[in-house]
Amino acid sequence: MQDKVQSPMSSEFSVIGTRPIRPDGVDKVTGRARFGADLNLPGQLTGLVLRSPHAHARIKSIDTTAAAALAGVKAVVTRKDFIEQPDGTSAFGEGTLNLHDVISTVLAGDKVLFAGHPVAAVAATSREIAKQALKLIKVDYEVLPHVIDVDEAMAPGAPLLHAGMITQGVTPAPTTPSNIAKRIDIGLGDVDAGFKAADVIIERSFKTAAVHQGYIEPHACIATVSEDGQAELWVSTQGHWIVRMLCAKLLGWDINRIKVTAAEIGGGFGGKTVVYLEPLSLLLSQKARRPVKMVMSREEVMRASGPTSAASMTIKIGATKDGRITAGEALLKFQAGMAPGSPVGPGCMCAFAPYDIANIKVVGYDVVSNRPKVAAYRAPGAPISEYAVESVIDELAGKLGLDPIEFRLKNAAKQGTKAAYGPKFGPVGMVEALEAAKASAHWRSPLGKNQGRGIAAGFWFNIGGETTVSLVLNEDGTLGLTAGTPDIGGLRASLCMMASEELKVPLEKIRVQIGDTNQLGYNFLTGGSRSTFSSGMATVEAARDIKREAIKRAAKLWELPEEAVEWDAASGAVRPAGPNAGKHKPMTLVDIAKIAGKTGGPIVGYSRLNAHGAAPSFAAHIADVEVDPETGKVSVVRYTAIQDAGRAIHPSYVEGQYQGGVAQGIGWALNEEYIYGQDGQLQNAGFLDYRIPVASDLPMLDTIIIEVPNPAHPYGVRGVGETCIVPPLAAVSNAVSRATGIRFAELPMSPPKVLAALDAARANGAAKI
Amino acid sequence: MRYAAPETIEKACHLLASEQGLARVLAGGTDLLVQIKTDVLDPVLVVDIKHIAEVRSITNDAKGWHIGAAVTGAELKEHAALRAAWPGVVEAANLIGSTQVQGRATMGGNLCNGSPAADSVPALIAAGAMALIAGPNGRRELPVEDVMTGVRKLALTKGEIITGFRLPARPKHGGDAYLRFIPRTEMDIAVVGCGVALAIDDKGVCTAARMSLGAVAARPLLVADAANALVGTKVDASALDKLAAAASAACRPIDDKRGTKDFRIKVAGVLARRTAQFALDRAHGKTTQTH
Repeated sequence: MQDKVQSPMSSEFSVIGTRPIRPDGVDKVTGRARFGADLNLPGQLTGLVLRSPHAHARIKSIDTTAAAALAGVKAVVTRKDFIEQPDGTSAFGEGTLNLHDVISTVLAGDKVLFAGHPVAAVAATSREIAKQALKLIKVDYEVLPHVIDVDEAMAPGAPLLHAGMITQGVTPAPTTPSNIAKRIDIGLGDVDAGFKAADVIIERSFKTAAVHQGYIEPHACIATVSEDGQAELWVSTQGHWIVRMLCAKLLGWDINRIKVTAAEIGGGFGGKTVVYLEPLSLLLSQKARRPVKMVMSREEVMRASGPTSAASMTIKIGATKDGRITAGEALLKFQAGMAPGSPVGPGCMCAFAPYDIANIKVVGYDVVSNRPKVAAYRAPGAPISEYAVESVIDELAGKLGLDPIEFRLKNAAKQGTKAAYGPKFGPVGMVEALEAAKASAHWRSPLGKNQGRGIAAGFWFNIGGETTVSLVLNEDGTLGLTAGTPDIGGLRASLCMMASEELKVPLEKIRVQIGDTNQLGYNFLTGGSRSTFSSGMATVEAARDIKREAIKRAAKLWELPEEAVEWDAASGAVRPAGPNAGKHKPMTLVDIAKIAGKTGGPIVGYSRLNAHGAAPSFAAHIADVEVDPETGKVSVVRYTAIQDAGRAIHPSYVEGQYQGGVAQGIGWALNEEYIYGQDGQLQNAGFLDYRIPVASDLPMLDTIIIEVPNPAHPYGVRGVGETCIVPPLAAVSNAVSRATGIRFAELPMSPPKVLAALDAARANGAAKI
Repeated sequence: MRYAAPETIEKACHLLASEQGLARVLAGGTDLLVQIKTDVLDPVLVVDIKHIAEVRSITNDAKGWHIGAAVTGAELKEHAALRAAWPGVVEAANLIGSTQVQGRATMGGNLCNGSPAADSVPALIAAGAMALIAGPNGRRELPVEDVMTGVRKLALTKGEIITGFRLPARPKHGGDAYLRFIPRTEMDIAVVGCGVALAIDDKGVCTAARMSLGAVAARPLLVADAANALVGTKVDASALDKLAAAASAACRPIDDKRGTKDFRIKVAGVLARRTAQFALDRAHGKTTQTH
């Protein structure tokens, strides 16, 4: 843990940058915090989902008569109970939204498109009855051939998921349907000229497996719809306004009929930005006139929610002998699951973003296959494409005989660099992160036997977006802060700290909550690393609103014009602006609260804004691995994550984000993967055989916070939660490659694959160990 | 589903024998309850044997050890004398699940769950353990390697239960060990497991050796060639090479989500060598921890 965060600014803050205990901490460690499955209501029913046993099949008929007739069954729903939705896309957050695809994910239409695809849902007075009811639903399937792998799904003659799917983004438009939903082209300069100018060119193909976000808390919700149609929904989600909007659209209800409360959330990582159970529980509750609670099993979570794309990629990069990159080209094929919407777009945009390269060409394909529809996962798409690029960058450094940090520094993006996806960067921290890596004790430390060290850079945009915050000054001068972005990584602590810093009110005098959808204006979800940035910006604005109001109230009391009263930032009080204004005793917010009634009534700071100016965060990670030459098992023995936070409001939670991203990235690199059988069934739908790292698998994950403040945020905040998952894949892969002398180009690097590669290389004398 | 908690072996066997539907024995329940909850099993009768004193105790005399089938992993670990005598067996049992699971999981359950990857089973086989069986027709014993006949298949007849295990006294210069290969460091299931027990004479020459492999065939295997490789040697490099070759040759694995055939065959040899080395160190009186 850094005592002092590396900051260009002196310590101008009294609260920001310190490490107080989080306000939600005690409830969490004592088990009092209420998560998605923790709310129970009188008379509640249990809702369960019937899922497809087939990877791909036409539904000829569904007969729910026997299930509905079973004693204790109070409601049954199928796709017929939902209104039809238009089949078209619109921009939405970090991706796109197609309501036809959303409802088709919630409940299958005329076809099931993956094993685990929901077909019907029931609500019954007990779980046992609900289970029995599912068995009584008769579904007549016509089984169809399926396709799982992205390259196979793109091949001519592959089984088609959607008969009418014509690839978008290709001119002229193809005349025949395929599984390719979209082609994306991004470019800069002239790659042909760039490659001509190169002395060395490396081209290599990569594959990565689909991985799940692995949140510990399964999807869970409870809905209750009253006789007059008013609905309440309690749910584990990253964005309750999004849940409200999606449910209202799918059900054809007015938005104001649904109140959504975000429960404490046991992890999301992007996977809780969509709806699965929520519309079902609302509709079941409406039909049954009873509350309906639905909780996924772990197996359901793995089979039918989340994961991110598997991908197949080819990367080509050229450089001059002195280490200047002249051109970069990428072909990215991302598997989207049953419906379009893989993160290939951001994958394309991020691929070369850490570097200042004049000539870039990126082509991406969004490809459907018979798997669950992918959901956002922490920096969606970026870990995949940047893994492939960082692997080639590393190989190129080796081939040029250059130090891998120096090579990256020579080409690093900086202020003024034009990114291939459009913008010119403002002040960014890529160079600072690489310099800190070079200066770290880790980079200079010796390696042991069978060990290798890898480095990789990483980039993620970060976003802002619509945000509302209210800040109530209570009668005794304490404050109540209400934000609308669910707190996943310490948000409430960070918001309190910003309000405290702004108003000079002690932290413990500010109580913070995440409000429900009836308590605030619209809030976009917690995602895109936006919460501390956007809700923080709104919190500061709301605090400034309080200050303005305090000035008004004091002016009224003192019978002065408002201009004659000012806020003294040092003492946190309002006072006459100068000697001419008279000798009034300065008033703190406690004093102001006392006179609120007689000077105009309650004081509430409010901010509703669309947070602009989100700034990207860059990182450089160093990984040391040890490879067991006899078993192929890779152990990460030392790790340092260096990343620009803009401003670390609460350094412990910034470090926590870095460490969490690294842990997930290491899992992605080494063992996590969706394994399918020939039958199209997921083979490892649980945490035993879907191997996220356990605590003992990881060394202490060291962190170094860099601060290059974001000028658009009142305290300089950048998002930090996503960039940190980008570099680990390549950092670990580069380390394994350097330890073994074998360039690995496929994830995960699980022991059987590593041992097979070692044995093959030993046969040609190419292995180092 | 009915639940019964008899206090005698005879009552337990009678309940199991007279049930027409699916009946299951409950010890720690760390496999059974999960299988019931995930709809893998739907028994009509569950007989909890934890109230039977005999299956909950560890005793020893000059001839060796008696370990009740429902003794938990945590209790095995806390038994200093047993741990000193058969560290490999205790360590193998302690690899199952998490610390919390160790408070419930038992070796009887581990064997009767019928998984080829069960951790405690190869260690018991290497140690030469006998399974103690009680049934409607009285009591019998079977070598542990003969209890499982295939995946989820046991050589027990209707109404029979495993009441415990009999282990020999530790030989004068004896040592045992169990190692498994997992992609993680804990909370995992063996891709290959290997138990070795051996004894040496005063000159360090191996006088007896048993090796068992888990997760490389439909049931845990006793590798008979192991003794040929080690007995009469000082368990030197060439003996260990022979042992590794015998281990790889004995494998009859499958390709599955946890590993390829080829990988399991290779790693079985690697583990055989490493496990035998641990067992040898222990036979020489060195204090070593495998995990």
